[in-house]
This record gives sequence, C-alpha cells and structure tokens, in this order.
Amino acid sequence: MKKFVNNINNMLVEILSGFATAHSDLVELHLDPNFITRKNKAKNKVAIISGGGAGHEPLHAGYIGFGMLDAACPGQVFTSPTPDQMLAAAEAVHADKGILFIVKNYAGDVMNFEMAAEMLALEHATVLTSDDCAVINSTYTTGRRGVAGTLIVEKCVGSLAETGANLADCKALGDKINARTASIGVALTSCTVPAAGRPTFDISDSELEMGVGIHGEPGRRREAMREADAIVKDMVEAILTDLKPPKNQEILLIVNGLGATPLMELYLIYNSAAKLLAQHDLQIARSLVGNYTTAIDMAGASITVCLLDDEIKQHWNAPVHTPALRWSL
Amino acid sequence: MSIQTSLICDSATTIYKSIVAHEADIEGLDRAIGDGDHYLNVKRGAETIAGMVDELKNLAPDEAFNKIGMKLLSTIGGAAGPLFASLFMGMAKYTKEHEEKATELNHHLIAAATFAYGVQSMLMRGKSNVGEKTMLDVLVPASTTFTTAASQNKPVAEICHAVMDAADKGLEYTRDLIATKGRAAGLGERAIGHLDPGAKSCQVMIHAVCDLLLKKS
Repeated sequence: MKKFVNNINNMLVEILSGFATAHSDLVELHLDPNFITRKNKAKNKVAIISGGGAGHEPLHAGYIGFGMLDAACPGQVFTSPTPDQMLAAAEAVHADKGILFIVKNYAGDVMNFEMAAEMLALEHATVLTSDDCAVINSTYTTGRRGVAGTLIVEKCVGSLAETGANLADCKALGDKINARTASIGVALTSCTVPAAGRPTFDISDSELEMGVGIHGEPGRRREAMREADAIVKDMVEAILTDLKPPKNQEILLIVNGLGATPLMELYLIYNSAAKLLAQHDLQIARSLVGNYTTAIDMAGASITVCLLDDEIKQHWNAPVHTPALRWSL
Repeated sequence: MSIQTSLICDSATTIYKSIVAHEADIEGLDRAIGDGDHYLNVKRGAETIAGMVDELKNLAPDEAFNKIGMKLLSTIGGAAGPLFASLFMGMAKYTKEHEEKATELNHHLIAAATFAYGVQSMLMRGKSNVGEKTMLDVLVPASTTFTTAASQNKPVAEICHAVMDAADKGLEYTRDLIATKGRAAGLGERAIGHLDPGAKSCQVMIHAVCDLLLKKS
C-alpha cells in the first residue's frame, strides 16, 4: 500500500480538519463527538442530517451548505458513525421544524441512526436510500444498498427544506426520489482500506466486478474485461430493467467515479450511456459527471438514473452552495 | 436481590482479560469470513468497560448496565456497537423493572430473565434470529439453557456448566451455516466450514463470566 498517511489512527481527524479548513467559509467542524455543520445555522426549516463511514468523499460532508445538508456525521473508514454523533449534530442544527435523517441502507448505519432516533427528543423522520439495483442483499446490507443516488435525495430534499416545507413533505420527497432512482457500479480494481493495508478483494487485469458496492462488496458477477460500450450496455440494461421507464421519460443521468478512474474515462462512459438511453427513447434532461460517491481508491464507475418529474426537476435545478456541489449561486 | 453491581464489575474485568487471551482464535476466524476488525472492535469495547469499573461500582445495577450500553454504543461503532448496546440496555431495563421482585428464592431466575431480555433486545435490533451464523447462535441457546436450569432451582455450578455447554454447542453449530446476516453474508457457501467470529467472542465472554461464578460459588 502506498498512500499519503502520517499515522493511520489519526487519519480521520486530519482529513476532517483539512476539509473544514479548506471550506471554512461554508462549514464548521466539531470534534468528540465528530460532526460537521453549516458555518451559518439555518433558521426555521427542517434540519437535514446525513452520515456514514469515511471513504466516500465528497459524500456526505461535501454536501453541507445552502440547499442541501445542515450537518453530516462521519464514521471511521467504511464504518458507521455512532448515535452520540447524530444526537449532538441534531441538537446543534435543529431549527424548530424537526430533523430528517438521510441514511444509506447498510446494517450498521441503519441500526446506529435508529438508536439515535429513539433517543432524540426532537421531532424526526428518516429516509433510507437503497438505489443500488445490482444485488438485493450484500455483505453489509439487508435489502438494496444506498449508493450515488443518495446525492439526488440530499440535493432535492435539501432544496425543499429551504422553502420551509414540513418534515412529512421532506420525507415524502426523499422516499419518492429513492423509489425512482437506480444505480449500478463496476470495479476494475479493488479499493484499499488504509487500516487494513491491503486490497479488499483480488481482481486480475483481465477481469471486472459487475455490480460492485461502494465498500468493495461483491456484485452480480466477476466478468471478463471488455470494451467500454459493452460494459456500459450491461449497466444501463440493469438500470432500465429495474426502473421500467415509460417512453420519452425525462431523466437525470449521473456518471460517478469510484475514486481512481479519471474524468476523461467518466466522460467516455457518459457518451456511451447517453447514446444507449437515447435509443430507449429517454430524454436526458439533467446530467452530472464526476467523483460524487467514491470507494476510496477503487478504479471503476457507477451509473445512476433518476426518473424526473416536475417536482424533482425543480428541486434539482434550485440553487445550491456546498463544497462539492454548487450552482445558480 | 438481582444481579449485583459488584458482579457486573468483576465480569467486566474478566471478560476483557478473556477476550485478549483469545485474540488469535477470534482474529483468525474473522480474517477467514469477516473483514478483520471484529477482534479490535470487541477488544476496544471490553477494554473501555473494564476501565470504567471505578465509575460503575457505586451505581445501582440497572444504572451500571445502562452506562455500559451507552458507552459501547459510542465506542464500538458499526453494527456491533448497537447490538451489544441493545443487549446491555435491555438488561438495564429489565433490572430496573424487576428489582423489587427479586428474592433469595428466585434471584437466579430473575438473572436468567434479565439476560434473556437483553438477548431479545439484541435480536430485535438486528432483526435477526438463530441460524443466521451470528452471535445469536451462541447467546440464544445459552440464555434458554440459563432460564431452564434456573427454573429447576439447580445450584450455581450446575447452571454454569449447562450454560457453557450450550454456548459451546451453539458455536459449533455456526460451522456449517450459510451466513444470512452480518459481514459473512456476502460469502454464501464460502462461509461453510468456518465458525462465526461474533459467536466465538460471545462464547468466550460467557465462559469468562461462568468461570468467575464457579470460583465464587
């Protein structure tokens, strides 16, 4: 393993400190328990809190700011944060309209957020994201995994919350988006958890893992490496089989890098996916290409499709100002 | 008289020592079918609680259980944190509600029911049950055996031997299971032939507490 490390045990705090200092105009870091909030606390709105293990940057802390999250709770690498973090974050950002937790569907995250919710004396609700259509059950989950589609939920629910909408409406929009979103990932190499010091799984130069999870969990199949168009075709078909969109449906298309695939290859994947989706008479109304939900240093990419409607489109378009996502502001 | 705080404190110390003594066994199993961090997580939890004994010793038993649960919740993390926390917080709740009812005649049964309530809380938190290659494959039969032996008014030594035997059998039972919960769940049939590391650490803890009780009795 060759990584930028001082002391493995201190990595998380150094990462969080760097992030918070670099974006000190937008966010503020709180330590012990660890959580990150907006620099300027919002008033009279549903407070939106997400969190999860480190290693998926910029998810979730990168999405703190106007139009998205109020706080994020980072865990150790690929390890769920703990309820004391969520409770402290909730107390810090509560703005009189309740707390909405956005939680990716992994056993550890679900249980820790569930216990925090039970102990929280404030009005609260939870949206579970489960957009990964690769597998029903995997190493870390019961049910589908939450992956890059989580970012769409955080963006749109964040926008709705800024309008002063109530907790039930924010939850309903989150659940609706999750139901209309599907993702699938493919890995060309494994990721390496710094504390483990070795790759999570073995994969040769002539293989790919179709349906890989963002922690390096096994996917649908180990397959032979082949040309990009053929790989993307299988990914797009898996998504369309899951979503069954009607003809002329407007969609949001995200091509997401898993950490070690350059942007130039992501655009090549986008080009291939866009052509295929057009052949299926789908209208790509909005797009995003880049590293938005990563798996440390995995080479690979995921494709996410969200079936838009007027409400989702309006909130996707709305102004946002966070370290990792910014437009119309 | 329910489970006394002094026993909780002594158990915390002996559990920590026992976990450290079984490092190689637990780590080996987790490296085979887990992701290699189970020993470190359980050790971190046990070490933290053992280090809290001075804080715990003056608390009522239910407060001690609750404090242990809350501490484990913030120190272990992942799925194991909420699961162990639920076990202790469940025992805290049962102890608080039944403290008054315990007498010299039924305190073994109250202790068994306290443990059973904790195991039940863990089972509900994980939405799991026996047969899924998890800690529950040791904890559930150990708890059932404890309740049966206590309800038959068996002496402490006999109860302890029966509970340890049930834990050993439960652990062995995980060898041939396919995991459907926990980290080994992605392995499918590849997990067959390996004992579950979580079940192993629970069996170690049960032996530690039973050995302590045997020495005391």
